Amino acid sequence: MIAVALWSVAVLLALAPAGIVLSRHPRGSIILYGGCLIATSALCITALSDLFDVPHLTQSATLPVGLPWLGAHFRLDALSAFFLVVVNLGGVAASLFALGYSRHEDSPGRVLPFYPAYLAAMNVVVLANDAFSFLVAWEFMSLTSWAMVVSHHREAENVRAGYVYLLMASFGTLTLLLAFGLLASGAGYDFDAIRASHPSAALTGMVVILVLLGAGSKAGLVPLHAWLPLAHPAAPSHVSGLMSGVMTKVAVYGFVRIVFDLLPEPVWWWSMVVLLVGGPTATLGVLYALMQRDIKRVLAYSTIENIGIIFTGLGLALAFKAEGLDWVAALAFTAAMLHVFNHALFKSLLFFGAGAVLGATGERDMEKLGGLIHRMPTTAVAVLVGCIAISALPPFNGFVSEWLTFQAILLSPQLSSWGLKLIIPAVGGLLALAAAFAAACFVKLYGISFLGRPRSDVAASAHETDRFSLTAMLMLAALCLLAGILPGLFIDALAPVSKNMVGNVMPHQVGLQWLTIVPIAESRSSYNGLLVFLFVALCGTAAASAIHRFASDRLRRTAAWDCGYPDPNPTIQYSASSFSQPIRRVFGSVVFAAREIGEMPPPSSPLPARFQVELRDLIWDGLYAPIAIVIGFATDRINILQFLSIRRYLTLVFVALIVLLLVVAV
Amino acid sequence: MSALRDILSQGAQMSLVLGLAPLLTGFVRKVKARLLRRRGPPLLQPYRDLIRLMRKDVVLADNASWLFRVIPYLMFAGTWVAVSLVPTFGNGLLFSWTADLIAIIALLGSARFFQALAGMDVGTAFGGIGSSREVMIASLAEPAMLITVFSVAMIAGSTQLSYVAEFMGSDAVGLRVSLGMAFVALTIVALAENARIPVDNPATHLELTMVHEAMVLEYSGRHLALIDLSSQLKLLLYVSLIACVFLPWGTATADASVARLVSGALLYFGKLTVLGFLLAVFETSIAKMRVFRIPEFLGAALMLALLATLLRFVSGSL
Repeated sequence: MIAVALWSVAVLLALAPAGIVLSRHPRGSIILYGGCLIATSALCITALSDLFDVPHLTQSATLPVGLPWLGAHFRLDALSAFFLVVVNLGGVAASLFALGYSRHEDSPGRVLPFYPAYLAAMNVVVLANDAFSFLVAWEFMSLTSWAMVVSHHREAENVRAGYVYLLMASFGTLTLLLAFGLLASGAGYDFDAIRASHPSAALTGMVVILVLLGAGSKAGLVPLHAWLPLAHPAAPSHVSGLMSGVMTKVAVYGFVRIVFDLLPEPVWWWSMVVLLVGGPTATLGVLYALMQRDIKRVLAYSTIENIGIIFTGLGLALAFKAEGLDWVAALAFTAAMLHVFNHALFKSLLFFGAGAVLGATGERDMEKLGGLIHRMPTTAVAVLVGCIAISALPPFNGFVSEWLTFQAILLSPQLSSWGLKLIIPAVGGLLALAAAFAAACFVKLYGISFLGRPRSDVAASAHETDRFSLTAMLMLAALCLLAGILPGLFIDALAPVSKNMVGNVMPHQVGLQWLTIVPIAESRSSYNGLLVFLFVALCGTAAASAIHRFASDRLRRTAAWDCGYPDPNPTIQYSASSFSQPIRRVFGSVVFAAREIGEMPPPSSPLPARFQVELRDLIWDGLYAPIAIVIGFATDRINILQFLSIRRYLTLVFVALIVLLLVVAV
Repeated sequence: MSALRDILSQGAQMSLVLGLAPLLTGFVRKVKARLLRRRGPPLLQPYRDLIRLMRKDVVLADNASWLFRVIPYLMFAGTWVAVSLVPTFGNGLLFSWTADLIAIIALLGSARFFQALAGMDVGTAFGGIGSSREVMIASLAEPAMLITVFSVAMIAGSTQLSYVAEFMGSDAVGLRVSLGMAFVALTIVALAENARIPVDNPATHLELTMVHEAMVLEYSGRHLALIDLSSQLKLLLYVSLIACVFLPWGTATADASVARLVSGALLYFGKLTVLGFLLAVFETSIAKMRVFRIPEFLGAALMLALLATLLRFVSGSL
């Protein structure tokens, strides 16, 4: 079915230039997003049907484009099929959402041509089977998303975000280019040839580090995350959803494809590096998220957390695979892939929710929102589902993948390497911390923006968003619940992926009693989301009906009690930054060098008291700022080259030529 | 026949915990009062309070949303399901495979998530302060609990509570350093999770010291009754958990005779009495901590739990 996939990608590519024309047309965006919706649906269905048709799954195709002696190679296997599903499910939801949301766009010409091209690029990355097509599509994906990040270019913040993003994206592509260069030295650019080659241990080690830098910078691993919380929120909300929910997954795909597939058997220290990056990424990402007051920025930082969880799962899989325990590696790998899928669902959902709020109020700042559950009831339900799911609480899907990751951690005493034995419990602790922080973070996000009383006039006069947007959000919310209560179906669907990548699969789940999931053995652990959901629903309804029937069902409305001193002023409520103050005080003094400065004027003075909080991003100050200073210093020194006379330029050219010729001769 | 027995046993367990939870709270209150040389409320006072609250009208703030009205039922149902998966007097719970220990903790986490949301729904300052502090406490207590579970699960080779309890009751365990640390960590977490002294004071209504009470300030009538009942259930859950993991003696196995079941039940009541008494003694003997001392207290639990887990990784026998 690779032909269908490639044709759909071609349709998307053809829609891109059409976008230029359509952006001038009043109904143009509807036509364009409708086209994208159809193309991504076709891709999603194709990939799904391929994923369930294992014997005929792997197909290749070569197109006569790209490098003349190479052509463009494409291949559809289990891993690509799974990531095609993730990419295009996100694409379907985003296009559906955009059908309604795009009417808030004041300059559609800056988004419409890039959107289909961006979708096409992500699909091509996943389908590519040679380094050239992979890198071209990768770079195309970066550039088109960059164009949409700076689509609202009149805000200085967005321009800066675009600049940092462009730098980091170039850095990532550079490291990937070097990685492929090393791999291709013995084999050529074709992935099939790379798979068949036997690179030396030193070379594969360098490739792993380079890929971790390249894919990690796109995915948002700490400390390469700096661009992500700037760029993701700056784009229009449906694109933010795609960038956070889907593009980071394409980066994960890049890592998995190269490290698990193209390279030979892993070595234990690879997993050490991945785990040492993944665990802190999870905890730091969500701690950053807790300190934010901009909804979309909270979501972007929380993406970093989830990427940390995914990479922890991948690190565990590498560790177990290196030690020959492929049945546990299958568990860890499946957990990571399930989290890829889950995160794509709920992060898209939450970004759409943020978009709906932005469309209804024009505000991303939580301190100006509040009480939206009364004004946007359906959005509120969908976002609530997203918040529960992303906080890894049962019976929704986020819990299942984290639970599986924890099960893999619990099996790690079986590893023999001492380094791993010492860091895996610590990584487990970091994941547990991240899960707890995530719950705190999303209580804050939901509680401040959707509950309470409106903190501004725009929040008080908000209206429910349009039907298309609601459909997209409700569809994703339903999928979150479905993947949470029937996780067995999804785990089984991942079996061919895990078979290809780590050489083993988790036990078959569907068909177990009551659709329970049992990762290893029933005596070890089992979880049944369906029954938990049913039990809670049943007990809750039973309690409600019993109390209403036998005790009391009367209800009176009156002013809030508030210990007898209700204050009508909504500013009396807890704000986003006061909500996170206890956590900021406990953890922030170390992680952010947080300082609270209170200025109290003397008793007779009419001046107001002031309170100021200072947070520093230590990674930015410690890593990025020095690099920027060094580069600035160097460019200042080199700058004299710009003002030489023509005579000196000619001399320089001549010297350079001689040196190069000498190098070639020697 | 055995299926019927299993269902009966599960049903008995569910009604037992529901019936017993207020009694445990009443018992702890009574002992605390006696220790302070007060007479204290009667043992059955919590039941009377619950019935009285259920009969009263709900007085709802104008601004309260539908979520505010649903949350008490969700919290109650979540906690009830969680507590009915913890073995009390017998091990052979029919649905014990529905959720393992990690899932039970996560269920309690869901209940807390909703409770914190409820605190913010009406839009008062007190609700916010309660929620904000609750999530701070949870952000330390939950990882500590989870890592404690890791260490226990690694010793028992299972996160399934029935298997853990059975393993702990067998001779294969013995005294271990890691178990001791896990026990202390679990106790600290249990105090924090149940809003007991020194983390929170269940008896206070002094605004600035309260956490749990601040979140539920706007609740009344049947909603408040359900929330009270779920915190009583939660206390019972933690006490049962400590009993079944660290004091596993006499817990009836799945195929035990009726006599063993009865003796198991009696022993279970005995354990509850002892642990409830110890809780009361502990609570009367120390003072409540300042809010920003709590992280240190819980941090100790986190470190102990991490050490216990690390010991398991390093050595199989410690």
